[in-house]
Amino acid sequence: MAKRKTILFVCGTGVATSTVVNATVTEEMKKRGLTFDALQAKATEVPSLVDGVDFIVSTTPISASVTKPVIKGLAFLTGIGKDAVLDDIAARLTATT
Amino acid sequence: MAIGLMDVLEPQAVLLGVQAATSEQVIRMLAERLHALGYVRSTFADAVMERERTLPTGLPLELEENVAVPHTDPEHVIKAGVALATLSTPVAFASIDDPEETLSVGTVFLLAIDDKDRQIDVLQQVIATIQNPAMRDRLKRATTTDDIKMLFGPLGES
Repeated sequence: MAKRKTILFVCGTGVATSTVVNATVTEEMKKRGLTFDALQAKATEVPSLVDGVDFIVSTTPISASVTKPVIKGLAFLTGIGKDAVLDDIAARLTATT
Repeated sequence: MAIGLMDVLEPQAVLLGVQAATSEQVIRMLAERLHALGYVRSTFADAVMERERTLPTGLPLELEENVAVPHTDPEHVIKAGVALATLSTPVAFASIDDPEETLSVGTVFLLAIDDKDRQIDVLQQVIATIQNPAMRDRLKRATTTDDIKMLFGPLGES
């Protein structure tokens, strides 16, 4: 059993598109029987929050200085390529390391 | 209590078949309506434009005409509201995914969000509409606010 992971959802304001992405990912992972802790923030807050999270799902570009994995959340806004991104997130949530 | 899109989509801030030359014109036109109707502070339009310059909101739908969802921080918002413009000819917005990339945009949802937990359904409805080809098409063809009500109201689910 993998350790419960924390996902940081990021967008420009931390209130609009990251809310949609957070809700969609939570719902889709629930269907797959996967749970996680969610944090939500604006892009400028990422450096102060990143230490406590396993990976980031962001709708805006993230500073290259951030060393945690960043998954693009754009697919959850456009609907294009959503399943592949969900598979990627599911794989990261179930990874044992 | 959660609220839906029709609860916050302001009929007087729905502009259909608008003519505009730039994204800024569209944003300012819609922001002015929201401001006059008491939804946002006088700082809202400038804040949205500033944010658009650094973190743009054009959504690349891989279509000839894409959709943009300009918005800004809650501090510029008095109460939640959504303004909508469909454009007679598209304007250029930069892409949310890559600010260097320009998208041709034919529909603009200007979002005034003050509490993400209360407005989650609104945001999801906007995004669901954008993702649905039939809804996008009906939105572009709407000529009256009644068409819009039909689209987003209880009868617009199908």
